[in-house]
Amino acid sequence: MQVPAHVEYEKAKSVEHALALLTRYGPEARILAGGHSLIPMMKLRIAQPEVLIDINGLTDLCYIKVSDHELLIGSLARHAQLLDSDAVGEHFAILRDAERVIADPIVRNWGTVGGSLCQADPSEDLSAAFAAVKGTMVIQGPDGTRTVSAREFHTGPYETVVAPGEILVEIRLPVRPGGGSGYLKVARRVGDWPVGAVGAAVWLDGDVIIDAGIGLAAVGARHFVAAEAEEYLRGRPATPEHFGRAGEIAAENCRPVSDQRGPADYKRHLARELTARVLAVAAGRARAPEGKDSAARSAG
Amino acid sequence: MRVSIAVNGAEHSRDVEPRLLLIHFLRDELGLTGSHWGCDTSNCGACVVWLDETPVKSCTVLAVMADGHRVRTVEGLARDGKLDPVQEGFAACHGLQCGFCTPGMMLTARWLLDRNPRPTAGEVRAAISGQVCRCTGYENIVRSVLWASDHQEPQS
Repeated sequence: MQVPAHVEYEKAKSVEHALALLTRYGPEARILAGGHSLIPMMKLRIAQPEVLIDINGLTDLCYIKVSDHELLIGSLARHAQLLDSDAVGEHFAILRDAERVIADPIVRNWGTVGGSLCQADPSEDLSAAFAAVKGTMVIQGPDGTRTVSAREFHTGPYETVVAPGEILVEIRLPVRPGGGSGYLKVARRVGDWPVGAVGAAVWLDGDVIIDAGIGLAAVGARHFVAAEAEEYLRGRPATPEHFGRAGEIAAENCRPVSDQRGPADYKRHLARELTARVLAVAAGRARAPEGKDSAARSAG
Repeated sequence: MRVSIAVNGAEHSRDVEPRLLLIHFLRDELGLTGSHWGCDTSNCGACVVWLDETPVKSCTVLAVMADGHRVRTVEGLARDGKLDPVQEGFAACHGLQCGFCTPGMMLTARWLLDRNPRPTAGEVRAAISGQVCRCTGYENIVRSVLWASDHQEPQS
């Protein structure tokens, strides 16, 4: 029987209240959102916080909305909300693709976007997806809010820039014209972490790639990003040859490790192949934005 | 800590440790043993109950997180002494053998049919994809849910 160790519990009534509780209890306090990473870790004693600060009552952090060319996602939005959101499907098909293969439908009902990002598992799909679309994280602390690029949010496995007295409150994704995106994941079974996964976004002017974002999960990419491959694509036509070369560059620059999900060379193969394929999906959607959902199905 | 949770429409107040999991609250504190405690790692889905309007894996939710909320378990599926069509479907289509996964499967099925009264077999399979059955090979579970879809009264 797995049960967490003794722990104190506080219910936060507002973000400010949660911040005050964090200050009062110090670094041994943990924010409890969906709990679908934290509670299993507490059962295994990998995490042993002294106090849990439950923010599930902060429903004002559960939003997904479009505002001034940005998609704004409250950190307490559940995975299922992201999957079901029309605004997400319209502007960031990559997130819908990713959410279809994150955990399982029941876990997605309670697991939160912010919790997944702050857990900072090196295999986390959303970390790769938000890096690909060049999101911005909004972090609130006792002295106000600060913003950090999604690409600077993770400082290492299970580590982020969020300080002990701070909370991730929002993710902002810029909506730019000519964009398309997608996410492809190879996993052993439903609910498992990826063996390898790649998300991509491209922004086209005609058929020229103005900008590209490539996020990789579970293959040891620094900050979840294939920066060299992105640089290669900028200014080049969106062709299968260039996507293939970008895949090779992404594979050369990641550092997968062998584990029970697969050997390193297979993961490197996935990085190459999935990068090339998902770039083609993203470009297809950028060319035919009204057909985003049908493109998703044919790519799936 | 004092918690009050409305389980299947009845309010229950108890003093619990914050570390108590919802599945153990239901089974050990309230004696509602219909919800099963399975893998303990949020993989198998035997412990699925509804928290307010959505199914959750109750081995990965603390009882204190459900304080002030509604919980629905398999004991709350039947209404006024009449089985839910999902329960009738599992009986009609032999949707279980050992029965360990059944409560969680039925609560997820009820949720699916509330959102999507006429699902395809593929949609049923997707809905239960986070739950494990070691007996049926899932075939009869899918048939049972589709039976319920065919036999439930249209929603108003």
